[in-house]
Amino acid sequence: MEKTPENASQAAPLKLFGSWASSYTHRVQLALRLKGLEFEYAEEDLGSKSNELLRHNPVYKKVPVLVHGGRALPESVIILQYLDDAWPETRPLLPADAFDRALARFWCHFADDKLGPAVGAVFASMGEDQEAAVRQVHENLALIEAELRDGAFKGRRFFGGDEVGLLDVVLGCGSYWLAVFEEVTGVRLVDADAFPLFHAWLRDFEALDEVRETIPAVDRLLEYARGVRHMLLGLAGAGAAAASAAAAAPAEAPAAPAPAPAADIAVDI
Amino acid sequence: MAAGGELQLLGSWYSPYVIRAKVALGLKGLRYEYLEEDLFSKSDLLLKSNPAHKKVPVLVHGGRPVCESLVVVQYVDEAWAGTGPPLLPGDARDRATARFWAAFIDDKFFRAWRELFRSTTDSQRAEAFRSVVPRVETLEQAFMECSEGKAFFGGDAVGLADVALGSFLVWIQVVDEVSGTKLLDGARFPGLAAWAERFLAVDAVKDAMPEFERLLEHYKGFLAKLASPAAPAGYS
Repeated sequence: MEKTPENASQAAPLKLFGSWASSYTHRVQLALRLKGLEFEYAEEDLGSKSNELLRHNPVYKKVPVLVHGGRALPESVIILQYLDDAWPETRPLLPADAFDRALARFWCHFADDKLGPAVGAVFASMGEDQEAAVRQVHENLALIEAELRDGAFKGRRFFGGDEVGLLDVVLGCGSYWLAVFEEVTGVRLVDADAFPLFHAWLRDFEALDEVRETIPAVDRLLEYARGVRHMLLGLAGAGAAAASAAAAAPAEAPAAPAPAPAADIAVDI
Repeated sequence: MAAGGELQLLGSWYSPYVIRAKVALGLKGLRYEYLEEDLFSKSDLLLKSNPAHKKVPVLVHGGRPVCESLVVVQYVDEAWAGTGPPLLPGDARDRATARFWAAFIDDKFFRAWRELFRSTTDSQRAEAFRSVVPRVETLEQAFMECSEGKAFFGGDAVGLADVALGSFLVWIQVVDEVSGTKLLDGARFPGLAAWAERFLAVDAVKDAMPEFERLLEHYKGFLAKLASPAAPAGYS
């Protein structure tokens, strides 16, 4: 096969900067595994970010960042599309049809712009505020359920069809927090009766080998979430804005690894 | 032409997000039916086509809706890949870069600029302007890196990042007029200032942009409502 610039760069090593509890990081790890691509992983302490990370992502200073042949790629959904573009011979994440691609992109944006923040709001609040946030989550899930039932994704096992695709990876790496948050807050988020298709999809997604290799054990996630929730509620009087600053300071550490700043968990779904 | 069915664009004449869709359709030379929406009294077609957000633009192609301006632009690029110039480059890294800056424009630039847009007092304006300038500095640097001496973020031809930022240009001018600012000041941001002139001179862009005077009157009306006690909700 002719050695095109694409093929030459394919050989360059991949290094992923991430955080073990970051669902955005999991998206990239899962995608790399699904495509059979080797990579080096560097765990970042989000309370004390490395110079290397800050150099690779000066604009957002966040994980994940994928470094390929010296060039840094931030933003999980952008990275996933890059993997499709740079390794077209591997299992594709995006569907082939332009309209299906548009649907996948639309719902990925919905997941990050609407559903994620709503779930984070449930986790970071109490009382009436939390009730309002829960209603928002249910409204968002209802929209997705409707697409699975009668709409764009009707009859499919996964959003990508018979196999997982971009939207499964994006929605799936984050949805595992729903059960964790239910346990920690005592609030019901994904009722199998109210959202049967979403519930079934999530169960099938989480049963996949590559997904089980990627998502941390639920007891680690629970421990982590309890620590963050404890900290968030302890700081509720000081206001949510103070929570991120306070999170970086040494607080009474729960048995879990040091919790990430609250701002990260709020968007980390 | 409209391979796979007829095209309709649901929009609002003053929405920069709709301008993005119009520019993309224009660059590809596509014909479509334009349906003006009253955003305070939305049509059944809009509500049915975009139940998640109930927002414009919605591109309806052969009866199927595509929503979200940047999704629409990429859809137009991909569905009519053989027609007109590509809106995204072929190289994988360059595509990622274009998407990155388009997302930055929505996430960081617009959120900061919106505060200037919503300012009704001089002190609000001054503070908002101070917050948005760093975003413009970042975009000036981005433009220099992406364009590599060529006309646009996309190189010789208009690309995704150009459309994403360029759709705000007349709005930026209108807000500047009222707030007494000059956001894309040629002395401070020479790259972007020159880019803006080139972008506004593109035919497909000229066809898509609202008239300055009309938008100015509209904006003054919006500010008056904002400053009054019973300001209407839902103006995004």
